[in-house]
Amino acid sequence: MALDVLERQASDAPGLDEREFQWTLNFGPQHPATHTTLRLVLTLEGEQIIHAVPDIGFLHSGFEKLGEDLNLNQYVTIVDRMNYTSPLCNEIAWHHVCEKLLGIELTPRCKYIRVIINELMRIQDHLLNIGTCALDLGAFTAFLYAFYQRELIYDLCEHASGQRFHSSFTRVGGLLYDVDDAWIAKLRSFLKGFMKAYNDVTGLLNRNKIFIDRLRGVGVLTKEEAINRSATGPIARASGVLRDVRKDDPYLSYPDFDFQVVAAKEGDCLARYHVRMLEMLESHKIITQAIDNLPSGPVNVDVDGKVVLPDKSSTWRSIEGMIQHFELTMSNRGFKTPVNEVYGAIEGPGGELGFYLVCDGTEKSWRCRTRPPAFYHLAMFPHLIKGHMLSDVVAVLGSLSIIAAELDR
Amino acid sequence: MTAQEAINKLKEVSGNGSISTSEFRDNTRVHVSKDILMKVLTCLKNDCGFDFLVDITAIDYMGYPTATTDRFAVVYCLLNTSEGSRIVVKTMVNDPDPVLPSSYSLWKGADWPEREVYDMYGIRFEGHPDLRRILMPQEFTSYPLRKDYPLRGMGERHNFPVLTRAEG
Repeated sequence: MALDVLERQASDAPGLDEREFQWTLNFGPQHPATHTTLRLVLTLEGEQIIHAVPDIGFLHSGFEKLGEDLNLNQYVTIVDRMNYTSPLCNEIAWHHVCEKLLGIELTPRCKYIRVIINELMRIQDHLLNIGTCALDLGAFTAFLYAFYQRELIYDLCEHASGQRFHSSFTRVGGLLYDVDDAWIAKLRSFLKGFMKAYNDVTGLLNRNKIFIDRLRGVGVLTKEEAINRSATGPIARASGVLRDVRKDDPYLSYPDFDFQVVAAKEGDCLARYHVRMLEMLESHKIITQAIDNLPSGPVNVDVDGKVVLPDKSSTWRSIEGMIQHFELTMSNRGFKTPVNEVYGAIEGPGGELGFYLVCDGTEKSWRCRTRPPAFYHLAMFPHLIKGHMLSDVVAVLGSLSIIAAELDR
Repeated sequence: MTAQEAINKLKEVSGNGSISTSEFRDNTRVHVSKDILMKVLTCLKNDCGFDFLVDITAIDYMGYPTATTDRFAVVYCLLNTSEGSRIVVKTMVNDPDPVLPSSYSLWKGADWPEREVYDMYGIRFEGHPDLRRILMPQEFTSYPLRKDYPLRGMGERHNFPVLTRAEG
């Protein structure tokens, strides 16, 4: 968008009178605190922000259009690119909705493994958010501790799926591979080491005067505003909205586990930080329960062998497996979908991650709308930052967990 | 209020014949015409407790197997934050002039999704305070998620105007 258009909009904001000493400042798209392609046009009066206009859309990725051209299994390679901080959550959300539309009930083992992965991703996402928020506010060591733990989760992803980052691990009706005992052992040792790192980060930040002073009372979101502006996830819970899809609308095997929904009532950046920290503990609790009770059995459902891709060993070593794989991956020969539409959501790390999926009877989706949490959260940014100082921009942005690829699907 | 109770309430308020409902998996959908859309959304928000706007999106039904004469559907996913029940409100709009009333007056969260629907489908929302493109450049003229827009674009990327440093 042309600079002058945005500048005009920034200064034409209702209730603002044009004054000589107002500045316009472009924050991003290459500012280190904006992480990715995100631009903020700020109107300043001295150091105080009187208006902010977020400008998104720099990626032009067109993920939703691509979804109309790929079948339900292929599109998983696109959805994990929407979220570079916790890609597997998007895959789980996408196939959760596909399975809901097709009416597939997963096997118990698959449900447990997906829960483990979902919670690992939540830890990973929160670590990134806390780490970079701390980094932007000058606490470098906490960032290193958080990122080292993220690396260990990448190792787990690599072990399970063969890919560190964009794993494409889920399939309609199951998973690409089952996990083995070595993976479980690795996960156990991660859980043990994680608690030490968690205590280290807590020790560095929780009573750190600079960190607290930069976050307390900044970017306050009241409960009414949180509901009115469609905030979800940790951001809504930090404002006292006790909604969590894992409890309200249980999916996978979440009803089996004992965990709490973490909430605060202050609604400022500090409350969001605390909610994220405590949520990681709850995730830790869920994973521990899940690996202790991990059911045995297959990971993929077998609905007459017509929906789920056969595992690679049977594709390579048996003629039936090869034919089944061939049939499912040929265009116009894959499984058929109902001519209907469904909205389904999971509790992603950033908030409610939903898909509105419309199918037309073919193996492709007619429309696959993503409901990205970051999109709704960045829309609140002008409201949250108004009246604060320029240096508070990084604190508020860091507490909102903005992911550019999710803003611009 | 659960979705079913909300539907009974809506039928009371807006006359029995004017809304229809459908159910698939656990989704309850209310189909309304666009002239009673605001009435239905207001009733759902203020009287039935569906105070949370989860999402607004649109669907282009051109060429869809069960397509009717109406081309676009705009979908509002709502959530009741005190009970956790959900409802989907669906309304149809049609070419050549797809217009709907804006729900910004009910939810401030409707600001960006309505802009996105406008950007991607060209459906305008009357009463929206700042309806301009959000993902595409302001100069862009077509609507990318419409079914008659080709997957590879219409050559916009290859024909970008060249700006010199002095103009930029």
